[in-house]
Amino acid sequence: MKALVWHGKEDIRCDTVTDPEIQDSRDAIIKVTSCAICGSDLHLFHNFIPGMLPGDIMGHETMGEVVEVGSGVDGKLKKGDRIVVPFTIICGECDQCKRGNFSVCETTNRKRHLADKVFGHTTAGLFGYTHLTGGYPGGQAEYLRVPYADATHIKVPAGIPDEQLLFLSDIFPTGWQAAVQCDIEPTDTVAIWGCGPVGQMAIRSAILLGANQVIAIDCLPERLSMAEAGGATTINFETESVLERLQELTDGKGPEKCIDCVGMESHVMASLPDTLLDRAKQMVMAESDRPHVLREMIYVCRPGGIISVAGVYSGLSDMLPMGAFMNKGLTMRTGQTHVNRWTDDLLRRIEDGEIDPSFVITHTVPLEQGPEMYQVFRDKRDSCVKVVLKP
Amino acid sequence: MFHFSNIVRTKGDPKILESGPSLKQPVDQLARALGWFSIGLGVVEFFAPRRVTETLGMEGHETMVRAFGVREILAGIMSLSVDKNAGLWARVGGDGLDAAALLSGLTPDNPKKGNIALALLMVGGIAMLDYRAAQDTKPRRPPRDARRKLYPNRSGFPKGIESIRTAARQIAAHAGQNEVKQGDERRIP
Repeated sequence: MKALVWHGKEDIRCDTVTDPEIQDSRDAIIKVTSCAICGSDLHLFHNFIPGMLPGDIMGHETMGEVVEVGSGVDGKLKKGDRIVVPFTIICGECDQCKRGNFSVCETTNRKRHLADKVFGHTTAGLFGYTHLTGGYPGGQAEYLRVPYADATHIKVPAGIPDEQLLFLSDIFPTGWQAAVQCDIEPTDTVAIWGCGPVGQMAIRSAILLGANQVIAIDCLPERLSMAEAGGATTINFETESVLERLQELTDGKGPEKCIDCVGMESHVMASLPDTLLDRAKQMVMAESDRPHVLREMIYVCRPGGIISVAGVYSGLSDMLPMGAFMNKGLTMRTGQTHVNRWTDDLLRRIEDGEIDPSFVITHTVPLEQGPEMYQVFRDKRDSCVKVVLKP
Repeated sequence: MFHFSNIVRTKGDPKILESGPSLKQPVDQLARALGWFSIGLGVVEFFAPRRVTETLGMEGHETMVRAFGVREILAGIMSLSVDKNAGLWARVGGDGLDAAALLSGLTPDNPKKGNIALALLMVGGIAMLDYRAAQDTKPRRPPRDARRKLYPNRSGFPKGIESIRTAARQIAAHAGQNEVKQGDERRIP
């Protein structure tokens, strides 16, 4: 089969690889009908997250049709079923899964000794996302083996196009969880840093959850226009001061809720010296993340407010203003998304026509063009916001 | 390369049969080679500055050579990173500094002026490679003033944003009423 394979920093190729096989009785194989490139795939493209090996298949936003099931799938899936595959692999049986904390499933990371060392405890296995999270082959391919398939799936009905359902795999529940974690109240102003695909979903989620005002921060006109279309007031950080504008829009009080949809690769600008220092330290491996957005959120968030982190961080961040964080009594909530905790509700909202997540797609191309699209997406060429690949 | 990576695959996971074209261009290989060369030269300059000054007949300039070594190492690291273009331009600037420092040592009374002339020739050649690589690895991001497509009609709310806001307000008001009721019940002894 064809698959997008990581060969090294900034080197992804469309290779011919062997087809996946059933390895365990709880496995299923799907024929991929649609998959997407996620912003967090770019961290792997740049080799900023440790644990990738040449030959790893990329991709964790995938859906398709079941073509083979193991004997232990127990009737929960059958050939021909149409499923979206959540990026977190879950067993459905461990203590964390029973609590709904699916992204920290204790069972599915088959290289848990690595995660135990790096994070202190293992987290769930993830598709196509380094050997720290299991080294599972990803879904930017013609076929995908889904481990623990009896639990790791979202069954979706026929009649709704892939484009509306695909993002249940990651970015829609990620944006949703980022907003839910904020405990949004009807009087709240929610400020969202980053208007990439997750930021766009977080904006819509905050609106759906009844925020009084949503403010979106980015520097790319196409992303800001999409954020405005979704109901946000926008701030272009290249032409305006984020701190001043946020104060102005909140009568000097600061937003009650702040969401980070940027993560470890925040924009580097000469006018923001901390970003230059972070980049220099990242280059010599003295710091793994560039946490400018975290610093700004802590500084600007209203005392007693909530900071929700959906953007991916991989390791160590320097110079976080813990004094402000503690003295302002802020709460921080983070985490990879507990996808299956939210998807029943989100699928119902899609079916009811409350939201159509396909609004974010700007490019749809065959799988073979995937490597070039990584560059287009990374360079923000052709006003690219979200790429869907068709195997 | 992939034959080796296939060996470490978990049994049953897909293995590469045939590799597709690489995104890497020849200039990326050149940038990589220049990056490693820069680090190598920097290490020599930093740890053995006396050998360098003796070879060039420029004794007494060890501190400057050591500083140049640090600069070479930093430029090399940058040339190997995703910001390679900045690293390569830093190298082009560094080539200018190297040339200026060498020229200052090219005096008639320097018995090693032949070595300096040779070094200048090398710096010139490498500067050409640096310049070419820096030109060819320019970031392909569109310029800030480039025309971009905008997406003012992509709300994502098929029923319209106002209908969603109204529904959210109604749900919040309903939830608020329920909370008040529960609060009243809790106050009943």
